[in-house]
Amino acid sequence: MTEFAPSSTTQKHPWPDARGRYGAFGGRFVPETLMYALDELERAYESAREDAAFQETLHTYRQDYVGRPTPLYFAARFTEALGGAKVYFKREDLAHTGAHKINNALGQCLLAKRMGKTRIIAETGAGQHGVATATASALLGLKCVVYMGAEDIERQKLNVFRMRLLGSEVVTVESGSKTLKDAINEALRDWVAHVEDTHYVLGTVHGPHPFPMICRDFQSVIGREARKQIFEKEGRLPDTLIACVGGGSNAVGLFYEFIGDESVRMIGVEAGGTAIKPGEHAARFDGGAYGMLHGAISYVLQDEYGQIGSTHSVSAGLDYASVGPEHAYFHDSGRVEYTHVSDDEALDGFQRCSELEGIIPALESAHAIAHAMKVVPAMNKDRIVIVNMSGRGDKDVQQAARFILPDEDWSGGAKA
Amino acid sequence: MSKNRIDIRFAQLRERGETAFIPYITAGDPNLGRTEEIVYALEEAGADIIEFGVPFSDPIGDGTVNQEAAQRALAQGVNLRDIFALIARIRVKSQISILLFTYYNPVLVYGCEAFAKDAREAGADGVLCVDLPPEEADDYRAALDAHGLRTVFLLAPTSTDERIERIAKQSTGFVYYVSRLGVTGEQAALSADLQEAVARVKRHTDKPVAVGFGISTPDQARKVGAMTEGVVVGSAIVRMIADLGDSDETASKVGAFVKSLADAAKQKQGLTQA
Repeated sequence: MTEFAPSSTTQKHPWPDARGRYGAFGGRFVPETLMYALDELERAYESAREDAAFQETLHTYRQDYVGRPTPLYFAARFTEALGGAKVYFKREDLAHTGAHKINNALGQCLLAKRMGKTRIIAETGAGQHGVATATASALLGLKCVVYMGAEDIERQKLNVFRMRLLGSEVVTVESGSKTLKDAINEALRDWVAHVEDTHYVLGTVHGPHPFPMICRDFQSVIGREARKQIFEKEGRLPDTLIACVGGGSNAVGLFYEFIGDESVRMIGVEAGGTAIKPGEHAARFDGGAYGMLHGAISYVLQDEYGQIGSTHSVSAGLDYASVGPEHAYFHDSGRVEYTHVSDDEALDGFQRCSELEGIIPALESAHAIAHAMKVVPAMNKDRIVIVNMSGRGDKDVQQAARFILPDEDWSGGAKA
Repeated sequence: MSKNRIDIRFAQLRERGETAFIPYITAGDPNLGRTEEIVYALEEAGADIIEFGVPFSDPIGDGTVNQEAAQRALAQGVNLRDIFALIARIRVKSQISILLFTYYNPVLVYGCEAFAKDAREAGADGVLCVDLPPEEADDYRAALDAHGLRTVFLLAPTSTDERIERIAKQSTGFVYYVSRLGVTGEQAALSADLQEAVARVKRHTDKPVAVGFGISTPDQARKVGAMTEGVVVGSAIVRMIADLGDSDETASKVGAFVKSLADAAKQKQGLTQA
C-alpha cells in the first residue's frame, strides 16, 4: 500500500473568492429578502467547518448511516469488453438512498439544525435529491417540503411515494415548464416567504453563494476517498476521471480533490438529448451562453433576450438549463473537458453496464458510462479511468423500458 | 442631460404634501397595444410613476398572478426591444415617469451599457432589478448612471440596519421597501409592524420611500400612503387586466380601479390612524 499524496487543490484552485465568484462565474443574485439568509448561512457554514464536533458528527453519520466510504470497484468485465484502459467505478450508488445526493443533503440538514432552523425545503428533478433530503430530515427530526415539477412527478412516481413515506410533503409545481427549473423557482419563492425558520437545501453546486461551495465541500468526500482508494489499489493517480454533469455536484465531488493533479484528465458529460437544437438537449457548454439563472452567473441555455430555454434529457437529473458556476470556470480555464452523449448512447450505456457488471446505473450515471465506452477502447491497457457511478438505476427502470422496448406496455398504472 | 422625471415628480409631490401612487403592469399583457392604452388610463387616473414589468421566464420574486401575466406576454414573443419601442411611442403623448421592473438576466444578456442607452433613448426614467443586489451591481449602476437612469434597489424586512444604510445610498430616485416576507401578490391584511418597519428605513435615508408587495385595496393604499412617500400596487391591477383581457373596456375599467387606489393613497392630510 502506497501512502497517498496530499492534494494540492486549494493552492491551485483558490475559488470561490469572498464574493462567491469562480473567476467570472457564480456570485449572489437574489432578491433582497434572501441576502440576510445567505449571509447567515455563510457564517454558519464557516463556523461549522472549523468546529471539530460538527465534523465528528458528520463523519459518524457518513460512516454509520450513509455507509461511507463507498467502494472503488474495478469493473473487470466492463474493462475487458472495452479492451482499453482499466475502468474503476466509484460506487456512490451504494450510498444510502442510492445516490451521491445524500452527502450534501445530510451535511446541509445538520447545518440547518445547528442554525436552529426547524423547516427544510428542497427542489428535486429526478427525485434523488428530494429523497435524500427527506431522508436526512427524517433522521434529524426536521419538517420537510419538497418541490417537484408536475412532469417529473409523472416520470418518477416511485420517488414521490418514497418521499411521502419518509414523512415529507411533496408539492406539485405546475408553473412554467413543470420541471426542475420551475421546482427551484417555487422553492426560492417559498424560502422568501419563510426565510426565518426555513433552510433551503439546494441540491447541486448551483444557486447563489455560498450554496455551490457548501455543496461542493460536502460532495468532495467522493474524490477524497477515490484518491486514497486508487493509491491503495494501484499505487498511483488515475489518468482520467469521467462524471455526468447536470448541475454538476457528483462531478465536482469527484474532481475537486484531483484539481491540483495536473496529469489527471477530467471529463464532464452533459445530456445531449435527441439533438443539439433548442429544447432538445441540456448541453450547456454546446448550446448555452453567459447568463444568470437561479442566483449564479454561468452558462445558460437561453434565447437572444435572456429568456431561459426549455431542455430535454432522458435523464431528469441532467435536464436543467444551467450548470454550476465552478464548472463554467473549469470549462473556460480548460481544466475540465466537457462533452455530451445522446439519449440513445446513454440508454446503450445503461444496458451494457447492467449486462456486463450486474450494476443498473442511474440514467444520469449512464451518460458517464456511455462516454467511457467511447474513449476507453482507444486508451492503453496500463491506463486507469475512474467513472463516477453517481446513482443506482432502480428509479429509472420504467422510464428506460419505455425507450428500450417502446412497443410494450410499461404503464403499470402510470401514464406513459 | 435633462432632469429625471422621477426626481421632478417626487419634488412636486413633496411640495404638495402628497404620496406617489405607483401602479405595476406587465408590459405586453394582454398585448402591447392594450398596454399602451392602459398606461394613458393610469396617468389619467392619477398614477405618478408606472412600474413597467419586463416579462421573464423564471420570475422568482413574483407570485402566480404576475408569473402568468409574464407568460402571456412571452407567448406573444414580447421582448426588451418591443418594450423600448412601446415606451418611445408612449413618449409622443405622455411624460409620465416610467420605471422598468425587470429580472437581471434579460439585462445581462442585452448588455448593461446597451440596455441603459436604449432604455434612456426610448424614454424610460429608471430601473428596478428584482434579483440584482447592490453588491453585484457595479457595472449596471455605472451604465445606468451614465445614461441618467435612476437605479431603485429593494429593501426588505430582513435587511439589517447596515444594509439599509448602504442600499439607500445606492438607490437613486427613491427607495423601494418590500412590505413583507414573500413574493408579489395580494394579501388580506398588511404586516402588523409595517409602520415601525417603514420608520426604521426612514431613520437611514432622506430619500422618498415607496412601499410595495401585498398592497391591493384602497383601504390598504390609504394606510400605507399615510406612512410614506410612495405606494405600489401590482398584482391586484394585473389580475384585473387578466380578467378583462384584450377588450376595448380594459383600459377604462383598470383606470377606474386605479383612480380609487390613487385617491386613497394620496389622502395623506388629515388622516386619522385606523
